[in-house]
Amino acid sequence: MNKHPQKKRPQTREIKTPTYKPVKSDVRPNTAAGGGFVDKANAYRDLHAHALFSSLGRLVAEPFSSIMTIAVLAIAISLASGFYLVLVNAQQLTGNLEASTQISLFLKEEVSDNRAVKLLETIKNNPKVQQATLINREQGLEEFKTYSGFGSAVDALKSNPLPIVIEVLPKNSLTNKDDLEALQHEFQQNEGVELAQLDMLWLERLQSIIALGGQAVSLLNLMLGLAVLLITANTIRLELHSRREEVIIAKLMGATHAFIRRPFLYAGAWMGFISGVAAWFIVTVLMLALRSSVEHLSKLYGGDFHLLFFSFGQTLQLIAIATGLGVLGAWGVLIYQLQRTKPE
Amino acid sequence: MLQFDNVSKRYQETGEVLRDVSFHLRRGELAFLTGHSGAGKSTLLKLIAVMERCNKGSIFLDGENLSHAKEKHIPYLRRKMGFIYQDYKLLQDRTVFDNVALPLVIAGFGHQEVGRKVRAVLDKVGLTGKEKKFPLALSGGEQQRVGIARAVVNKPPIIIADEPTGNLDPDLSAEIMRLFENYQQVGVTVLIASHDISLISKMNHRVLKLDHGQLVAR
Repeated sequence: MNKHPQKKRPQTREIKTPTYKPVKSDVRPNTAAGGGFVDKANAYRDLHAHALFSSLGRLVAEPFSSIMTIAVLAIAISLASGFYLVLVNAQQLTGNLEASTQISLFLKEEVSDNRAVKLLETIKNNPKVQQATLINREQGLEEFKTYSGFGSAVDALKSNPLPIVIEVLPKNSLTNKDDLEALQHEFQQNEGVELAQLDMLWLERLQSIIALGGQAVSLLNLMLGLAVLLITANTIRLELHSRREEVIIAKLMGATHAFIRRPFLYAGAWMGFISGVAAWFIVTVLMLALRSSVEHLSKLYGGDFHLLFFSFGQTLQLIAIATGLGVLGAWGVLIYQLQRTKPE
Repeated sequence: MLQFDNVSKRYQETGEVLRDVSFHLRRGELAFLTGHSGAGKSTLLKLIAVMERCNKGSIFLDGENLSHAKEKHIPYLRRKMGFIYQDYKLLQDRTVFDNVALPLVIAGFGHQEVGRKVRAVLDKVGLTGKEKKFPLALSGGEQQRVGIARAVVNKPPIIIADEPTGNLDPDLSAEIMRLFENYQQVGVTVLIASHDISLISKMNHRVLKLDHGQLVAR
């Protein structure tokens, strides 16, 4: 093959040659970005903005797999936050009850109304007592009819089986269990009293059940958090795998690990964020569905129990934790995988 | 600019691939790296890209010792090199503009500067007006010019090309080579691995020849 001087295309290129000046200074050994601090800061901000939106764009570009992943994440997060909310509500319930620790004195059957009133006066004068109320036989029956749901059964009775009851509310300062028991014992000694009942034991049981529930919820939430972490990690791993070529090319062009990680971290953040918001919706809808039943039940027990929803702060916390887990899951897998993704 | 001092590279599986290789490319020099397949051309290029480390000897790029470079410095060293591949290694889902812009984005250039530099380099390699096209819509020669534009856009002091004309016909190859000569003329060091003897012999440049891991011509 001898040289042909006839080639057309190269010749048109020859015409352009004078545009590069053959001077040595054209080569810049320093290949860092030029410009001042502001330019660099802007470029850095642009990079983040680009990573933020391009990672969202990738999620939207593959809606089916994104929705599947996010649905799984959202369910896990809503389970965790749902358990938490149930726990918070249960704690609120015992909180209400704690304030109403009282001693019920069931008087002996032979005690007359007059004697009962006298007894009430002596009890009221007791310095350890804040308040005492007398519920006579008729009031007791009315109350029982209204709240127990056995109204018609009670109507069938020929005589009122209920005793006179004095409800004693101890002084607020009396929170110690021993002191309360001492007071109960004191009332029990009174000869008109059949039974002095301190409503403590079942409260203690309830409290310990709720404490146990709290521990169980913490452990469950730990597991669910781990699941969220692993699901995002695996999704990011797959994404990294499908973009392996791009990662390798970027590495050869001098990209740092931070540069390569950035869009994937944002992808993790987006998944966590969207799942967090979705989980909030799921839990809120479920709670709304339960609300009327809970409030009906609460009315039956004469309590003013209101279902607690997520507060604004808790909502932010929920979404922040979900986003954080997404980033953390992505981070973990990136640290591990990027070391292994070497140019062939 | 690029200096190899008694470099040896041994792989556990294949034994010694490079033995006692020494050469020095000065600034603004264009050299071909040639040799039969398996002579160690790709390994030598991988050592320059710090994809592999040598077992013996040292490699200096612009006064910096590549063989002892810390892992976290490697990205910054690679920004001083422009790589060109036989298979172009373009991102198929990005436009020509985005492909060429990648090294600048990586180096942290602002958006306006990126635009200016990319348009300038596309003009130089003769791809004006193709910036919005995707690589698959271009011919092989055009794709390789995108690869070259990407390699030179950040003005690296050295360009390393691995069989850049392997997939191109002789006319296009000559055109690509002329492009390399243009960069050499402005002071860029160019190292081209190729086994296209006819093309190499037509151009009057230094030839580094590898034979079974040893440099037989420098």
